[in-house]
Amino acid sequence: MDKFRMIFQFFQSNQESFMNGICGIMALASTQMYSAFDFNCPCLPHYNLAYGLGILLVPPFILFLLGFVLNNNISMLAEEWRRPQGQRGKDPSVLRYMFCSMAQRAMIAPAVWVSVTLLDGKCITCAFCTSVPVDTLGNASQPHLSQGEIQRVLARIPCKEIYNGQQLIANEVAVRYLRCISQALGWCFVLLMTTLAFLVRSLRPCFSQAAFLKSRYWSHYIDIERKLFDETCTEHARSFAKVCIQQFFEGMSTDLVAARCHLPRKAPADAGEAAEKLLGITDQGTMNMALKSWHRCKPPLHLHPPALPTGNGWAGQGQPPTHTSAPRRETAAYYSWV
Amino acid sequence: MDRFRMIFQYFQSNSESVMNGICGLLALASVKMYTSFDFSCPCLPQYNVAYGLGIMFIPPIILFLCGLILNRQSLVMLEEWRRPAGHRKKDLAVIRYMCSSIMQRAMVAPVVWIIVTLLDGKCLICAFSGSVDPERFVGFANVSTVQVQQLLAKVPCKDDELMKNNTSRKAVSRYLRCWSQALGWSILLILIIAAFLARWLRPCFNQATLLQARHWSNYIDMEQKIFEETCCEHSRLFAHKCILHFFESMRHEIKLHSFSLPREGEEAEGEEDLLRGITDQDQVNKLLKTWYYEKPPLDVS
Repeated sequence: MDKFRMIFQFFQSNQESFMNGICGIMALASTQMYSAFDFNCPCLPHYNLAYGLGILLVPPFILFLLGFVLNNNISMLAEEWRRPQGQRGKDPSVLRYMFCSMAQRAMIAPAVWVSVTLLDGKCITCAFCTSVPVDTLGNASQPHLSQGEIQRVLARIPCKEIYNGQQLIANEVAVRYLRCISQALGWCFVLLMTTLAFLVRSLRPCFSQAAFLKSRYWSHYIDIERKLFDETCTEHARSFAKVCIQQFFEGMSTDLVAARCHLPRKAPADAGEAAEKLLGITDQGTMNMALKSWHRCKPPLHLHPPALPTGNGWAGQGQPPTHTSAPRRETAAYYSWV
Repeated sequence: MDRFRMIFQYFQSNSESVMNGICGLLALASVKMYTSFDFSCPCLPQYNVAYGLGIMFIPPIILFLCGLILNRQSLVMLEEWRRPAGHRKKDLAVIRYMCSSIMQRAMVAPVVWIIVTLLDGKCLICAFSGSVDPERFVGFANVSTVQVQQLLAKVPCKDDELMKNNTSRKAVSRYLRCWSQALGWSILLILIIAAFLARWLRPCFNQATLLQARHWSNYIDMEQKIFEETCCEHSRLFAHKCILHFFESMRHEIKLHSFSLPREGEEAEGEEDLLRGITDQDQVNKLLKTWYYEKPPLDVS
């Protein structure tokens, strides 16, 4: 029991660390994903924006959902939210606490992706290269180029090999400009996220500490209760199975003895444990019948009260031993139906 | 109990070490962030200053806030500051001590970033290349004002067509880097001297008050941890009792509703105990359904 308690406390106090660990791993995975991803700007006027913004915004959404999926507590939250009230009231502040803590952890990997993307600069360069201010950075005086043609030229800025607009605007100048904007956005985004996290963390003790302690206690309680209930059910299932199987073997041995119509050997006084464990099945044919019966006709999920020990060697079916009281006889009759 | 005490003592002695460890990790992370960050100066007259100074000062703010967020003691300090006095008076010296130790640890990573930035030099070159005096450099001396601004703004970009083989560009770059590194080393020297003096001269002032403040701040931290652990232990026992009551009440209900005979005392041993009177499929299904539809009340009296 002591070991149980220590392990429980380890998990409890470390459940937060476990969740934080998963959160950190996902953040690292998102940086790794970004560096392994082969970014390929299409360099075509309308496709650039869609591609660039898509790469900027769709993977974070996926990572956010993944953060929820990987969190074990999501099913606990759903269960607590949907259960009928019954004899136990539901506390919305506990549900809110659970949801907020899960959402905060799930937000980290998407925020890392967006920051890394913005600080790297390729996405914004690809998405907004057609909006570069040519007047200030390059030569706007290109009368023979129509607006559409200019857009097409500018769209090729991210693809240096096919860029043919050096007279319009130098490639390096445009790329540096866009990357500068992208990195500035990236750092501002990181600053904003960090400031939000700081405010959320530091304003809480100032305003709602007591409510927070209550919600935290009851959300841990729900989690522990669910785990303990699962453990108790597992223990119960194990005992159920053990008794069921024992009763099956006893039933088999009783049937076989009755079918063969010969006196069962009296177990010698000094047979020991091994003989007991054989449960009356002592030859190949019997064992084969037992196995076949287990496959073809599994016993019902209903445990009988245990059979009485038989003094005269007969474990006859439906034969009530003579020295029982009235309730026993009823039990034996019930036996015979089964 | 002994093992518990050992674990607690470990936490006690290592609370400071854990915080120092986090502080060191953040400093390393700040160096790593700087080296992996792809610094690209825009080389445009108005944007250079904003970019250069932004890269020098915004990440330190972020690192400082991270240092505060990751430090557990900052929450403890805030709670101690904002709690109602109740039966326990508040000691401002303790709160001040905690605040100063948190701030000192949080300042390490930003300072590391700023110093690394200055010693590397790229930020200052980018930010102040437009502010050097063009008369001091041969290549920029006789150029018109507007053009000289454009040219100077391009100094940080080595690969620019205009600047590729410009010796004056290298001269300006060297000049600014020299200033940047001198500034970096000076700041480092001043900070180390300040830290040295603070540590050596502290015992001369108020040592007794300091020992008290440190003791009580450790105490508050420990108390918080032990309270959380006790709550965990309590909720586990509460849940255990609640589930046992639930199984008992189910057994009772089954006995009332079914006609099966009460078990005699001699049979109830070993496995029967664990079965808790639930011995067939329907009973188990009923138990599980009741657990979902009607959870027991939170009352184990």
